[in-house]
Amino acid sequence: MTESKSGAEDGAKGGTKIKIENLYKIFGAQPRVALARVKRGVSKRDLIEQHGHVLGLKDINVEVAAHSVTVVMGLSGSGKSTLIRHINRLIEPTAGRIMVDDRDVLAMAREELIEFRRHQASMVFQRFGLHVHKTAAENVAYGLVIQGMPVDQAKAQSHHWVERVGLSGFEDHYPSQLSGGMQQRVGLARALATDAQILLMDEAFSALDPLIRSDMQGALLELQAELHKTIVFITHDLDEALRMGDSIVILRDGAVIQQGNPQEIILHPADDYIFDFVKDINRARVIEVKSVMTPGRPAGGAAVTVRDNLVLEEALQRVAGAGAADVVDADGAVLGSIHLEQIIAGIARPGVKGGGEIRYK
Amino acid sequence: MSLFTEFPAMGRQDLRDFKKAIDAGFRDFSRQFGESLEEFFSPLLQFLVWLEKLLISTPWPVIILLVAALAWFGSRSVKIAVGSVLSFLAIGYFGMWKDTMSTLAIISVATLLCIALGIPLGVLMARSDRVQAVVTPVLDVMQTIPAFVYLIPVVMLLGIGKVPGLIAVCIYAMPPIVRLTNLGIRLVEKEALEAADAFGANYKQRLFGVQIPLALPNIFAGVNQTIMMALSMVVIASMIGVAGLGVPVLRSISNQYLALGLMNGLAIVALAIIFDRVSQKYGERLQSHRRGTQHD
Ligand SMILES: Nc1ncnc2c1ncn2[C@@H]1O[C@H](COP(=O)(O)OP(=O)(O)OP(=O)(O)O)[C@@H](O)[C@H]1O
Ligand SMILES: [Mg+2]
Repeated sequence: MTESKSGAEDGAKGGTKIKIENLYKIFGAQPRVALARVKRGVSKRDLIEQHGHVLGLKDINVEVAAHSVTVVMGLSGSGKSTLIRHINRLIEPTAGRIMVDDRDVLAMAREELIEFRRHQASMVFQRFGLHVHKTAAENVAYGLVIQGMPVDQAKAQSHHWVERVGLSGFEDHYPSQLSGGMQQRVGLARALATDAQILLMDEAFSALDPLIRSDMQGALLELQAELHKTIVFITHDLDEALRMGDSIVILRDGAVIQQGNPQEIILHPADDYIFDFVKDINRARVIEVKSVMTPGRPAGGAAVTVRDNLVLEEALQRVAGAGAADVVDADGAVLGSIHLEQIIAGIARPGVKGGGEIRYK
Repeated sequence: MSLFTEFPAMGRQDLRDFKKAIDAGFRDFSRQFGESLEEFFSPLLQFLVWLEKLLISTPWPVIILLVAALAWFGSRSVKIAVGSVLSFLAIGYFGMWKDTMSTLAIISVATLLCIALGIPLGVLMARSDRVQAVVTPVLDVMQTIPAFVYLIPVVMLLGIGKVPGLIAVCIYAMPPIVRLTNLGIRLVEKEALEAADAFGANYKQRLFGVQIPLALPNIFAGVNQTIMMALSMVVIASMIGVAGLGVPVLRSISNQYLALGLMNGLAIVALAIIFDRVSQKYGERLQSHRRGTQHD
């Protein structure tokens, strides 16, 4: 884990960009009636079996920090796509509030909403959502054309994005002439070309082969280190979530069951559902020293120092001989200490916080 | 017992009065509005007459060249272009040139009219389930009701002539273009539309930038069908005074002129095949980007 996600190293993160409050979405003929039922405690399962309504989202409260990558994770049907489509209001909520830069997205009139979508938030889709009757360059220019720019000018202006995502030479190809990975590069360039601050990515890489997928993750991280967008990134894959996310929100049955930074979630999974997600990952390669160290106190007389963001696997090699080390930040200031036992405990599988007496399903 | 052997029909006198009332009502209606309707349709009539005259008065080599050019640019196939030219030469050689031009005129105008009315109607249908629920049965009726039945009110309203003929042709030929426009738009991939919405497309940008272009192959299949059905109405249209290849066919039915009927019938078939092949090839080329072949 050498790459820095959102230029986290520079520490230049703003406040909250997107704030979702008490958001509910119920699919069905009479969502208001069903909403009252949900608020009275009817479960998702009972709601569909007895009342014929689908509980899409339930009391979602999420804050998305500016210039960072927030990953939304959950199994199929947990409401990820529904949630992300509320941010640009492709789906109307049943109840709740969505603030972007202190503007209420739900209060926007039609025209305002169109302006918001044109300039503030762009989107990348799981199955690409390209227009098959347009060339790659025309697809990339689409957002600008929609803003009212003539096609040729839009193509010229968006051309550097075609290059940035590595599509030079394929400008005049139609989507059907491109591989899946290349099609999604078109999708990514199209989203970047409008210069929108917010990037909504709904399982953008899920349809790709593992190798291509890893390439695309790398490409996105590289771009992000430079562009500092506010990205909401959806995935059902923990490895991807850990690699991409500055923070992670976990959904189940339409409700948020845990949110926090990746380290926290791995070390303290809130319940069995999340435990099942995290139990098989290689913890030594994900957990960083700062998550398991003893803060504040230097290890008496230790000659070894390790960086706070070193993963345990690498820290283990350095600390193994001495048995303990000082933890330092980028400037060399001592943040605390770490002992061999702490590293080993960190690598071992955790128990479930709260005892794990509730099994999901 | 007679209750079961004989259907308890309405009394004869009542039935006669009932029909009479409808007839009288419609006659009053046509007396009142017939003239203004005729006026309403007069630009259409003028256009049709103008086109027919133009086609007939244009020197035949020019028409042949035009046919060759259209067939080539439509289909990009030498075989189809040569076939079309040969068909037209044969038509001229067997003395059916003028009737063919008349038929071409009415088919062209009818097709244009069907496109101009049918595509917007199809768009409306795709936009609203309620419109679709209302229009679909109407289209069913238009396609299945025997042509002679709607010829009656049309003739009562507008008399014998080109315009009633044109209307009759359009009633029969319009449903496919409406249906296929509706279908084509409804079949547009959801993600393509979602992308348009997500980037802030308004209704017009969505319709003309995404829905119609992606539905074009289906819309085009509708145009093709509409042309075919218009051609199949040529004989019936000639019964109410439309000039063209239908007239000799009608004459040969009543006089048992086998050769005349056959020749004119084959001329209609030739036109149909030419239209069909050219428009199908053109439609296929519209779709080339979907299969990943090189676009030209
Ligand atoms: N238009 C709709 N009408 C009815 N129910 C819907 C609709 N859209 C979504 N749902 C339901 O809402 C729930 C959440 O769906 P959603 O598509 O958000 O899940 P997801 O987490 O994105 O799943 P996946 O990983 O399969 O994409 C599901 O139970 C789904 O059936
Ligand atoms: Mg989804």
